[in-house]
Amino acid sequence: MSTLAHVFEQCGLSTVVLASVRENAEQLEPPRALFCEFPLGRPLGKPRDAAFQRGVLNAALELLEETEGPVLRDFPEIIHDSTEEPLVCRLPPRENTSAPPAVDEARGLIKAYRRSAEQSGRTLVGRALQPEDVPRGLEAFLAIADGTPWKEVGLAGHPLQWSRDITSYYEEAAAALSDHVPAARAAESWLYHHTEAGKVLIAARRALKAAEEPFWFFLVPSTQDP
Amino acid sequence: MKVGDATIRSRMAGLDLPDVGEPAFVRPPTLAEATVAVVTSAGLQRPGDDIWKQGDQSFRQFNASERDLTLSHVSNNFDRSGFVADLNVVYPLDRLDELATEGVIGAVSSTHLSFMGALDETMSTLRHDTGPAAAEVLKEAGTDVVLLTPV
Repeated sequence: MSTLAHVFEQCGLSTVVLASVRENAEQLEPPRALFCEFPLGRPLGKPRDAAFQRGVLNAALELLEETEGPVLRDFPEIIHDSTEEPLVCRLPPRENTSAPPAVDEARGLIKAYRRSAEQSGRTLVGRALQPEDVPRGLEAFLAIADGTPWKEVGLAGHPLQWSRDITSYYEEAAAALSDHVPAARAAESWLYHHTEAGKVLIAARRALKAAEEPFWFFLVPSTQDP
Repeated sequence: MKVGDATIRSRMAGLDLPDVGEPAFVRPPTLAEATVAVVTSAGLQRPGDDIWKQGDQSFRQFNASERDLTLSHVSNNFDRSGFVADLNVVYPLDRLDELATEGVIGAVSSTHLSFMGALDETMSTLRHDTGPAAAEVLKEAGTDVVLLTPV
């Protein structure tokens, strides 16, 4: 964003950046930057907290009163992510014990997923898999974890798209199950540490690494499976 | 040992950065007279549009009333649960509307943009082509001030 700020100013616009990595802002020196040490992905800090978001905007817009730059200021409040504090939420009971656990688990989450999508009016599922395809996506990753080449699992799209869709499906279902907006990365940590799907994705990532697929590293957030 | 965002921030702090050229510093009109736009690197899109692909340095335009937006940024190293719950935590158009209604800012721009971050260190297309083109789109919409929000 700091690079784009320079481009925009060179074209005659005034800019203010909500910087998320202080070192990058120090080096790139955009004309005006407010460093916000908030969870990555939440540049305004707190979802569904209009007053907090207004505070961030006011602090950013104040920088426009400076007569010369570059100016880099720190927002006074810090918010940490909750990678180490997985969300607590109860999974629906198994329905079909003859199905692979991850596949049955995903089928059982469809109601929670749909409730979340209805409540928020937004879903990030749908890059390559529709919500009802998520169990099939997990079957594909089970096959990959067992050594099947990903191009032979019979699913359209790419494993990185499938994994993003599965992750979104679980995170959105978790928001409905826990009945609140999770702290940043709390739902992600729940997925990778407390669900069958998370185990399958990590196993598939390791199989893709062993198969020397160049994209293996990006299948799962590196902070969840270093 | 660092975990979560601290790990990602450390990694990003060590990245090679592009040459940004001769810096400019454009004084805006007073805030109460300024037209403000949001430009984010979140990889926003309308539902059903083509998803963002790795390395894409283009931008997409949205009008000020659009709220039915989703996100298909290729990176999985940031939280998405906040965005799903509240668009404004990434793309604060409702907050800008409030500031305009209260007269704190002059107006909300009619056009807002999304790029997608996680680009190569040269960002050459963005610096020389799509970035200046995006600035022209914003200026044509009467924008004076741009708030840039990363993910």
